[in-house]
Order: sequence, then C-alpha cells, then structure tokens
Amino acid sequence: MSGFTTQELFAIFAMQGFSGLSLFCVFLLMALGLAIIFGQMGVINMAHGEFMTLGAYLTYLVSVQAATLGEWALDAYFPVAIAVAFLGAFMLGYLVERFMIRHLYQRPLDTLLATWGLGLILQQLFRSIFGPREKTVTMPDWLLGSYSATDMIDIPLNGLFILAITILLSVALLVLLYRSRWGTKVRATTQNRTMANAAGINTDRVDRLTFALGCGTAGVAGAAFTTIASTGPTSGGQYIVDTFLVVVFGGAASLFGTIVSAFGIAQSQSILSFFWSGSMAKVFTLLTVVVILMFRPQGLFASKVRR
Amino acid sequence: MKAMITAFGGRITFIQLAVIAALLMVLLPAITDIYRLNLFGKYLTYAFVAVGLVLCWGHGGILSLGQGIFFGLGGYCMAMFLKLEASTPEATASQTTPGIPDFMDWNRVTELPWFWEPFNSFTLTLMAIVVIPAVFAWLIGYAMFKRRVGGVYFAIITQAIAVIMTILIVGQQGYTGGINGITDLRTLLGWDIRTDSARTILYYACCVALLLCLLASRYLLESRFGRLLIAMRDQEDRVRFSGYDVANMKVFVFVVASVFAAIGGAFFTLQVGFMSPTFIGAVASIEMVVFCAVGGRLSVVGAAVGAFMVSWSKTTLSETFPQLWPVLLGALFIAVVMFFPRGLAGLVSDYAPQALSKWRRQAGRTPPSGDPAAEEPSR
Repeated sequence: MSGFTTQELFAIFAMQGFSGLSLFCVFLLMALGLAIIFGQMGVINMAHGEFMTLGAYLTYLVSVQAATLGEWALDAYFPVAIAVAFLGAFMLGYLVERFMIRHLYQRPLDTLLATWGLGLILQQLFRSIFGPREKTVTMPDWLLGSYSATDMIDIPLNGLFILAITILLSVALLVLLYRSRWGTKVRATTQNRTMANAAGINTDRVDRLTFALGCGTAGVAGAAFTTIASTGPTSGGQYIVDTFLVVVFGGAASLFGTIVSAFGIAQSQSILSFFWSGSMAKVFTLLTVVVILMFRPQGLFASKVRR
Repeated sequence: MKAMITAFGGRITFIQLAVIAALLMVLLPAITDIYRLNLFGKYLTYAFVAVGLVLCWGHGGILSLGQGIFFGLGGYCMAMFLKLEASTPEATASQTTPGIPDFMDWNRVTELPWFWEPFNSFTLTLMAIVVIPAVFAWLIGYAMFKRRVGGVYFAIITQAIAVIMTILIVGQQGYTGGINGITDLRTLLGWDIRTDSARTILYYACCVALLLCLLASRYLLESRFGRLLIAMRDQEDRVRFSGYDVANMKVFVFVVASVFAAIGGAFFTLQVGFMSPTFIGAVASIEMVVFCAVGGRLSVVGAAVGAFMVSWSKTTLSETFPQLWPVLLGALFIAVVMFFPRGLAGLVSDYAPQALSKWRRQAGRTPPSGDPAAEEPSR
C-alpha cells in the first residue's frame, strides 16, 4: 500500500467504500426477501434473482411508458415503477407458492432444484421477450450527477438514492415483522408451526403471503437495481450465490444478521478490489465466508430458538 | 459364487450391467460413426458424476451442488499432464520461454509454477486424479459433517465453493489457462489421442471404467454400509444413538462420489481434448444433479442412463431449438421433482413388473412375440 499518501488512502477508502455501499444495497435488497423466505419456511428460492430481474424489467417498461407521456412523467415515474415492480413480483411469487412450493415443504432440497428450474425458464422468457441485450432505464434528471464531499471524493446521486430505498425497505420490513399483527403470526409460525396452527393461525396462508412478500421485495430490489446498472436476462441470477452466502453468513431468521453480513461482504469485496484484481477480491471474500461458516455453521447471529 | 453374486445385489445387477454393456459397447459402436461415438463418450463421463450423486444424494441424503469441482479437478489434472507433454521445447520453440504451456507464455509467465511440476510424471498424475479430489472432498466433508451441518447449508456451501473455484481459475489466467481452459492437447505418453482409433479405444476404456464404477456402487449399496446409509438419510438421530459415527459415514460417501466425478473428469479431458472452467461452475454442477434426478436418484444404473439421455437431448435440442432448451431443462427440473421424484428408474420399476406379468400372461396363451416390454426392467 506504499506510494499513496494518507489523504489519498482516505479518499480511496471513502470512494471504494461508497461503491461497496451500492453493492451492499443490491446484496441486502435481495437478501432481505431471501432471508424472510428461508428463515420462515426453510425454503431455498433459487429463482430469487429472476424475481429481481422481473422487477427491473417492469421498471424499464414503466420508464418507456413514462417517456411517451413527456418530461414531467420521467421525473415522477419512479415511485410508480417501484409499486409496479413490487406488485408484479408479489403476484408471481404468490402463484409459484400456490402451485409449486406448497407441495414441496417436506423436501427442502427439492424446492432448491425446482426453483432453479423455474429460474431457468424465467431467464429464457426474459431473453425471448426483451432480447439478450441489456436494457437501460431512462433516468430522471434529479438522479444524475454527483455530490462532491471534498475535491477528491465524488459520490454519485443514484448511489445515495438506492441507499435510501434500501434503508426504507429494511425499516419497513422490520416494522412489519416485529410491530404488526401479521408479523406476530409469521414469527409464531417460524418458531413453532404446530402450536401456531393450534392457536388458530392459518399457517398455510401465512406461508403464502410470506413467500409472496419475499418475492415482492426482490421486485423492489430490481427497481432499485436499474438506477445503478442496466438490466439483462441474467442480471439477478448472477448475484444468487453471493446472496445465499449473505443470508447463511448472517444467520437464518435474523434480519439484523443479514444486514451486518451484507455490509461486511460487500465492503471487503469492494475495498480489496482496489488493491487486488476484482476476481481475487471476490475469491478472497467468499472463501473467508465459507471458511468461517465451516467453523460457525449457524452464522453470525443465530436465533436462539429451540428446534 | 452365489455369495459373490448376492454381494452385488443378485442376478438382476449383472443382467442390468450386461444389457448396458451390450448397448454401449456393441450396439452404439455398430450403428454410429466415430464423431457420434466420441460425443457419446463425453456424455458417459457425466454418468460417473451422476452415479456418485446416487450414492451421496439418493442414498445418503447429502445434496452436493458442487460436483463440478471434482469433475473439474480430475479433468484439470489430466489436462495439465497432457498439456505439459504437448509443450516440448521443440514444439514451443517460437515462445519467449520454450518448454512451458503456450498460455503461460502469452501471460508473460516465464517459469513453470511449482504446482505444475508433479504433472510431468504420468504416475503422479494418475494418483493426483484420485487423491486431490478425495482430499479436497474429505476436507469439506469433515469440516461440515463433524459440525452436523447438512441439508440445505451443505448444498449452498458446495455451490459457493464451485463458484469460487471458477472465479479463481478464470482470474489466474497465467497459471490455469483462464476462461478458455487448457486446450490443444495432443498425445498421451506419445500416443496421439486425436486419431479415430485412439478415440474408439478411449471410448471403450471409458465404458469399462463406468461399468466398474457401477459395480462398485452396487456393491457398496448392497453392503451393510448401504443399509446404514439409507437409515442415516431417513432417521439420522436414531443411527447416531445406536452408536454409529454418522459424520464419518457421510464423509466417506461424499469422498467416493467425488472420486467417481474426478475419474469422469479425467476421461472427459481425454475424449474431448480440452478442459475449461465452464464444467466446474454452479450451472454445470447443478445440471449434473438433474442428470441424476431424471435417471433416478436411487438407482445407479438409472442415473447413468439419465446422464446419457439428458446430455444427448441437450446437444440435439440446443442445436435445433436454442431458445427452447433452457425452458425444457427448467420444466424437466420441476416435473422430476414434483411428479417423478424417483426419476426414470422409478417409472420403470413401477410399471415394468405389471407390463411384464401382462406379457407373460398373454404369452401363456399366444406364442411370444418380440414385445419391447420384456426389455424394460433392464433399466
């Protein structure tokens, strides 16, 4: 690390740290939905990345629609796009639970294979509908440009925006799970399904909504994703393995753990990639996570529930 | 003699293997050209992986989404040996540093890296093909099973390791050949492996090795260990409380599966003539699980047939309908998991006995005809 002055090093850390923050947002947005589904039902949703891609494409469609309406629509379309992306992914998730996942609750390894198959089909559908080339969303003016903290540090506005969405979504999910009546039902089902059933909770319904909600979250992730990168058929799928590591590393059924591990993994990848090549940074980070998981399989923050 | 036959699962095993052997080694070479035969040989190398998965996933309940790691390790070991043999100082005289593989020279590596040195020797290479994957699988298995990590966690972590390995190989181009892999392999101990006769011989060698693997798997599954394996899959705690070391059994079966995969990988390199990271990654690894699931996760012969048929249809269909193949593969995944959890072998064993007895009853009344149902249970 010699050859850099302290000030330069600080600037590097700040800017790499910020680009790591964008990666953190993508990881966390995807991992939140995955963590809810995995923590709640023990189901591995390998098609989660495709739900995110779906959200991204829906956002693209809304932006194309907005562009035909005129300048004012382009400035304001984003909230609509987020809603559309959420609803689209939510509904698809609902159907998938209803017709596929429901039959496989006793066989978690099989849901993994079935959802991987679903992911393949969705990917090919995206490719057939939208074409193999990546699509870029027309961004509103207020998202372009950057904020200069010092003369060496430039922070892009879209990065700040995606960070804001991530924080909002995380808070919303935390409130929903820990402060709402529905959240109580979800946590009751997670902790003891039989007792929850006996207490009059319709656990099948809870499962269905939880799965759909997790998928809807992925849709919002997709909408946010469009502000920092363009969308291709495999945009979501390429993050799936990292995101699983994030969830497992954080500890299943612990949203707080998911946040911490997403932050750690994204930051170390991003900061290391400045000093090494990007691939070595990724190899090193993932390998560290895997090795830690071998010694601490329950993850960073294990839930203290007797099973 | 009789005891020996029983140890492998009775007469039916030998009938099945004889039918497979006849199909692979007599019928296929008779009806196809050398180009197709070489392709079939390639599909057979996946069958090694699928058979290993029957042991560790079907019977042991351990789903590994990283069998590509071991397939790749075996394949790369073989490829490194062949590459060194192809890179004689005379053949590489135009390079800055003659005598090292061409891709190293392109990446300005001037010396053969230390981990390539053992692959100058054929004996060491053969040992490496078995030992390296076995040790690696033992490490992964021991670390995880001793801590009672299993199920979904094991699947995710093996998949992550497969991804890490792909990134590593692609990133370290100068030492591994990068995304293109190790290509342009020519001779094995001075014997040109690209000629038609060499390809035919390699195909037969691959068939024989596969049959041996099948036989070994049947033996393992029919033994006491095989019973314990199933008991462990279905009621792990009971087996543990009966005093067995469950972790050791899991590690063992995982190592066996990995060695099978590595042998398959080595044959892949020999027959296809190159090895690349695409056969290691998450997608390749999970496709191997589909081969096994389609053929039947409980039947070694079924899995081998499944690997062969799915990869064959992959080549045929993705050539004619490149758009349709991923959709079909995905649908196959879902259908097998939801409707035929025991795969083709399960369908055959469900319906073949009925068909057979029906045919026998009819045959009692009318003279027997060449009914195809008679051949069905051989799967």
